[in-house]
Amino acid sequence: MNDNFIIGGKEVSSRLFIGTGKFQDNRIIPEVVKSSGAQVVTIALRRIDFDSEEENMLSYIPEDCIIMPNTSGARNADEAVRIARLARATGCGNWIKIEVVSDNKYLLPDNFETIKATEILSNEGFVVLPYMSPDLMAAKMLKKAGAAAVMPLGAPIGTNKGLKTKELVKILIDEIDLPIIVDAGLGKPSEAAEAMEMGASAVLVNTAIATAGDPVRMGEAFGYAVLAGRKAFLSGTGVVKDFAEASSPLTGFLA
Amino acid sequence: MSFYDKYKDYKNFNFGDYFASVSDEYILRIIDKDRISELEFLALLSDKASKHLEAMAQKSKRLTLQHFGKVIFLYTPIYVANYCVNQCVYCGFNISKDIVRKKLTLEEVEKEARTISGTGLRHILLLTGESRVHSSVEYIKECIMILKQYFRSISIEVYPLETNEYEELVKAGVDGLTMYQEVYNEEVYGELHLKGPKRNYRFRLDAPERACVARMRSVNVGALLGLDDWRKEAFYTGLHADYLQNNYADTEISVSLPRMRPHGGEFQPKVKVDDRSLVQIMLAFRLFMPRAGITVSTRECAHFRDNLIGLGVTKMSAGSSTEVGGHVLSSKSEGQFDISDKRSVEEMKNLIYSKGYQPVFKDWQAI
Repeated sequence: MNDNFIIGGKEVSSRLFIGTGKFQDNRIIPEVVKSSGAQVVTIALRRIDFDSEEENMLSYIPEDCIIMPNTSGARNADEAVRIARLARATGCGNWIKIEVVSDNKYLLPDNFETIKATEILSNEGFVVLPYMSPDLMAAKMLKKAGAAAVMPLGAPIGTNKGLKTKELVKILIDEIDLPIIVDAGLGKPSEAAEAMEMGASAVLVNTAIATAGDPVRMGEAFGYAVLAGRKAFLSGTGVVKDFAEASSPLTGFLA
Repeated sequence: MSFYDKYKDYKNFNFGDYFASVSDEYILRIIDKDRISELEFLALLSDKASKHLEAMAQKSKRLTLQHFGKVIFLYTPIYVANYCVNQCVYCGFNISKDIVRKKLTLEEVEKEARTISGTGLRHILLLTGESRVHSSVEYIKECIMILKQYFRSISIEVYPLETNEYEELVKAGVDGLTMYQEVYNEEVYGELHLKGPKRNYRFRLDAPERACVARMRSVNVGALLGLDDWRKEAFYTGLHADYLQNNYADTEISVSLPRMRPHGGEFQPKVKVDDRSLVQIMLAFRLFMPRAGITVSTRECAHFRDNLIGLGVTKMSAGSSTEVGGHVLSSKSEGQFDISDKRSVEEMKNLIYSKGYQPVFKDWQAI
């Protein structure tokens, strides 16, 4: 069965996207990419040190990966736009994950500023993947603004709490005609599988892999979970029933 | 509204009675909570809580790992002048001290910057003594222009400024402010700061807030531990950080935990803050503000710092000198205080890796 996954006109080989922050050593990253099978890798531009080979995160990303720089640290649309332009000017390609966080207490994304940045950057030819709080109206506006996908959070970033926003993400999957990529909060492979089973196009995982006891093996586990979840979704999961099928149904007398 | 109002709420609070009312069970319940209140934070600073350091450490480690990952951010200070117009009884730069005073020329600033950036560091903290005459805002700006060529993120630790002056510096390329209140206890503050503009408690107390208003990206506060009862001082520091984070959500608020070090004077710390107490402060703060940065400088010794990695600290200085021109100049001046951890940046880097953490040199980029 053909199950191509295309974003911004580009076919992506894996539905697991990974982040590069929080690792104990950048030298692990190529191994995690390999074990997880991930192709799309996000990097915070703030962390790329172009002046140092050792500290330059880009040098740890295998060549066949798609680099998705992110605008971590941006407090408003203007800063996100400037970071995105800087990313492109420094050779990071034209994919950009927009992160606008104006709240350092909970690190929740600012949907309003994100929409503004999305519109500006998509008009400039970027493939824009905005990170957002799952809200249907905001997602519709992101689509209208030219987003290539929508990336709702599963739980506040870094919390590993799982798919707490499930009902809201489900609405986006049903209503928004764009890939829905669950970003942030997924703490375990089973939660990634859960997101995929319900029809998410992909998931992005960083903290759960980077801070695992064995990040390489955890990357592999997430890779399997995403594959399993996707297959389950494509197969059509069985209907969940509240009651067992009665052997003597109450309505059996009706012919 | 100012943090002073918050401070006043607790100024006459009966800390003794409150600490006496804290039970072991209460402490354990607090440790188990996702979010804790101001008074619960204070309970974690109590003597009773010191019996539960291990449980606090386990929670703190988990929270720090979750929010910051296995990384330690590195920076170093650059002292460009040690002229000071204040008479703070505990400080080596005190105006009454007969020490070699120096202010770097811009050429010397550049030499220092070049040497420091050669170590790989990309974050720098510019410090001056507190003298508007010798280290004017204009001079600081000129230094910033030079530092910008070598570093990606520049913080300042200088005398308190007006909001418009902070705005000027932000525009020039400064993204972080460190401002220690030294001691939050207003009466003790008056006793320790004998002469000079620093006697103005309120102007200093409100400086971090003025920096937030001026859109400084990160603001770091702290008390010089040892000047008064550390439990109260740590509490006020946490309250201050929390006040700023609540009111300026898009500013990254962090705290430092500077502990008094010996210096070329007779003043000795009023209160002893032992290692166990410093760790308790750090853990209590982490449980109170899980996402806020915590800085520990080279004031602390190598062995102690090594063991803090993983417990809650997120940022450390390395390869530090507190002398003006301490990195390259042959005729150096006296330092503000004695460095305890004298390891080079390379040594710190290797140590952090050996602890299973990544040393991070760059975490922001001027845009």
